[in-house]
Amino acid sequence: MHIETLIWLIPLPPVLAFAMIVLFAHRSNRLSHLLAIGSMLISWGLAMVVFGNAVTTKDLGHHPFQVSIPWLPMGETAFRIGVMIDPLSAVTLFFVAWTCLAIFVYSIGYHNFGKPRDPGDRPGLPPHAGGIEPMYARFFAFISLFAFGMLTLVLSDNLLLLFIGWEIMGLCSYLLIGFWYGKPSARDAMVKAFMTTRVGDVFMLLGLAYLYSATGTLSYREILFNEHVLSALAATPSVIPVLSTAGMIGLLLFIGTVGKSAQWPLHVWLPDAMEGPTPVSAMIHAAAMVSAGVYLIVRFFPLITAGWHEGGALTPTMTVIAFIGAFTALFAATIALAQNDIKRVLAYSTISQLGYMVAAVGIGAFVAAAFHLITHAFFKALLFLGSGSVIHGVEHGARETGEHLDPNDMMNMGGLRKKMPITFWTFLIGGFALSGFPLITAGFWSKDEILADAFAHGHWAVFLTLALAALLTAFYTMRQIALTFLGEPRTEAAKHAHESVWTMTLPLVVLAVFAVGAGWAGIPEHFPVIGGLLPNWMHEFVSGSLLEHPEALEFNPVPLLVSVAVALGGLTLGWLAYRRVPAGGEDPLKRPLGPVHTVLKNKYYFDEFYAAVFVRPAYWLAETFTYRWLDRGVIDGFLHWVGRTALRVGSFLRNYVDLPIVNGAGDAVGEGVKRSGRIIRVIQTGRVQEYLIIGVVFAGVLISYLLLLRP
Amino acid sequence: MIPLSWFLIFAALLFCVGLYGALARRNAIAILMAIELMLNAVNINLVAFWRYLGPEAVSGQAFALVVFAVAASEAAVGLALMISIYRRRHTVAVEEIDMMKW
Amino acid sequence: MTILQIIFLLTAFLTLLAALRVVTSPSMVHAALWLILALAGVAVVFILLNATFLAVVQVAVYIDAIAIMIIIVVMLTRGAVRGQGHTVSKTWWAAALSALVMLTGLLVMLLQAPVRGALPPTLPLDQEAFLERLGQALVDVNQYILPFEVASVLLVAAMVGAIIVAWPLFVRRGEEER
Repeated sequence: MHIETLIWLIPLPPVLAFAMIVLFAHRSNRLSHLLAIGSMLISWGLAMVVFGNAVTTKDLGHHPFQVSIPWLPMGETAFRIGVMIDPLSAVTLFFVAWTCLAIFVYSIGYHNFGKPRDPGDRPGLPPHAGGIEPMYARFFAFISLFAFGMLTLVLSDNLLLLFIGWEIMGLCSYLLIGFWYGKPSARDAMVKAFMTTRVGDVFMLLGLAYLYSATGTLSYREILFNEHVLSALAATPSVIPVLSTAGMIGLLLFIGTVGKSAQWPLHVWLPDAMEGPTPVSAMIHAAAMVSAGVYLIVRFFPLITAGWHEGGALTPTMTVIAFIGAFTALFAATIALAQNDIKRVLAYSTISQLGYMVAAVGIGAFVAAAFHLITHAFFKALLFLGSGSVIHGVEHGARETGEHLDPNDMMNMGGLRKKMPITFWTFLIGGFALSGFPLITAGFWSKDEILADAFAHGHWAVFLTLALAALLTAFYTMRQIALTFLGEPRTEAAKHAHESVWTMTLPLVVLAVFAVGAGWAGIPEHFPVIGGLLPNWMHEFVSGSLLEHPEALEFNPVPLLVSVAVALGGLTLGWLAYRRVPAGGEDPLKRPLGPVHTVLKNKYYFDEFYAAVFVRPAYWLAETFTYRWLDRGVIDGFLHWVGRTALRVGSFLRNYVDLPIVNGAGDAVGEGVKRSGRIIRVIQTGRVQEYLIIGVVFAGVLISYLLLLRP
Repeated sequence: MIPLSWFLIFAALLFCVGLYGALARRNAIAILMAIELMLNAVNINLVAFWRYLGPEAVSGQAFALVVFAVAASEAAVGLALMISIYRRRHTVAVEEIDMMKW
Repeated sequence: MTILQIIFLLTAFLTLLAALRVVTSPSMVHAALWLILALAGVAVVFILLNATFLAVVQVAVYIDAIAIMIIIVVMLTRGAVRGQGHTVSKTWWAAALSALVMLTGLLVMLLQAPVRGALPPTLPLDQEAFLERLGQALVDVNQYILPFEVASVLLVAAMVGAIIVAWPLFVRRGEEER
């Protein structure tokens, strides 16, 4: 069977599973998760086959696996849609398949499959006594649809199909963030997520339309792999004179990424999205949705960097992208320092790491951005799933002791390394990967690559910002690990926590393997000692996606030392500060930072700012202006006026036209007939003789007429 | 010889006398008698024309015979009606038999 | 003025007089008798017209049958008319007027015809032959059998109808009278 056929089959099993669960299987929990896992396994298998074929094909970049069909007839031609596997989509497919499969399996245990349903649980609220989730089947249906959306996005060969997958994921994130719709906070979060990403999507759609109108196509091969098109786009100015068309389109598409990947200023939805179940957070914030945003700009790297030469000055678009990426990385890292919710820390760290990738694209480091995307997916998914396991353990402990506490709050944890060993070790590996622990974690290699590229091309601002952010990342990661696992349990619930079921810990282990090993595929050639042992497969393979191979960087010890220093330094500082926080104790960072800490804890008050500037005016516009003034006042007022006027006209017509004239005429006719009848009736005497006289008279008249006047 | 016109004038006069009687008399039987006069006038007319214009044909006299028969039957029925009315209403004055109206 | 003319004038005058008395006589019996006279006069006129058969029929049918019938009915309905004042109705003037108009019209019409003063042609047949012809014509299929038969049916119908109409009133004792 042709490899091309397999490619477009990959997204199908999840969507079929979604349909079948929704239509038929939703009553049986076992059948639902079997359908979902089965479909994901098939997709994963197909993805592995395709990936295997992809990595063994020479020069995949110039000859990608591609198949398309004419879909939308337009005049003489037709708009084609199809699937394509080139190096970038091959590696993305790899991590999407693995992480999604891991999350699917994890969800079985997370939603307490096998436990009886607690009679006190209602659909729409999370189960609070360890019973099975009431909406179990619905969850698997939604995440199947989510997987379908992501796979479609990754495999598409044109921007339109990507956008379709993008929007499907937007829908699913809305549905899944608000999965427990009984919670008002979840409802608010789901709306917020959708609205915020929508802002980005609008601009992305503008970019899509602009691209189509400028080139007449949306296919990757025709735009991104075509020197003429790219240079033409780079040469023509757009509606804003300072930007070229390519730059404008790139900027518009980037705004879509800002929304979807939660960069500043559209970052506000991602922390609130923690309201959803933890597998959802893992899926959205590691495997799928936010990765899609970065995938978009990485894919459109040739367009964004059209007109830029390696080593030259950045184009205005790239500058904007680099700025936003670096700023977000530092900004989010500072907020993460002051968060106590275990998932919120990870949320801000996701925002921060995405900032790294965005900044990498901004400075022109294509391979580094892709590399970090892949490694981040693995260790972030691992961290999220691990946090879910922790939360489950604490909840269990809380049930046993009867305590009422927030199971997400790290201040209620502590000492869990003894109670939940597998979770501890895998979380540790993930945390070290996030911090960039040298050599043995994947995060080190990918993060180092970005820093090296920034340093080598002289982008000092970016370099320093990212390095500082790396320091803070290591610090708050260690803070998180220390507060959760190290030290002594701070609450009774933590004391009674226990390890999670195998369906939850197995995915953790698998992901941990990748969190360690994925980085070794990308060791630079000129690295001291181990540089030449393994070929820099990542660089060689992924750069095939571009027209011109970027050169591998010269090795420079400075960025390497900097990144090792910040990683180890941050970890050490974090350990020192947080290893002995007593029960009920306050955060050791509060005293030294003082009011700054409060600002950080409140996320720089961005939510309040947006609420005042955007949300409240929108409500005013809807409720007061549109509803009360326009709809009720103007439109309804007009309608009421029409009604009243119709009544008035009607009564006028009735009283002045209908009754006197029409009825009068009718009555007059009747009355006239009666009167004339009364008069004429006199003739009818009943006496035959008189009738005869009349007859004779008439006959005479007639005959005389006939004979005399009408010969 | 007698001119035809004399007969015709005579018949016309007789007819008109009968007409006046039929339209003016109160007693129903008198009306009937006047009708007989009219029919006789018609007969005279018929026979006069027969005699003066076509005595070789029998149509004139045949017609007159039919008129006789009709007159007889009409008189019979009319008188029977009068008797019937007299029995019910005890009157033969046509003025009082005025039910043929609204 | 020939004899026949004088006879005719006398007869006509008498007949008209009788007719006038018929329509003006207050007493029914008198009117009936005047009617008989008028009918007799008409019979004489028939004879003057050489329609002797019709004269006999006139006497036999009109005088012997119809006039007698009228007299009988007058007798039967005697009680109603006794003591009544007027002989004519309220609208007798309209009747007179219309009769006069009719007369004028008739006279004008009749005297217009070129038959004014025409003399009678000679009779082709004598009375008996003519009578035979008449009789045969009345039963001849190609001539006047239809009116003849229809007239006889009419007479039967009139007879039956008269009987039914003049049947005695049903008294309250019920249907056993039948």
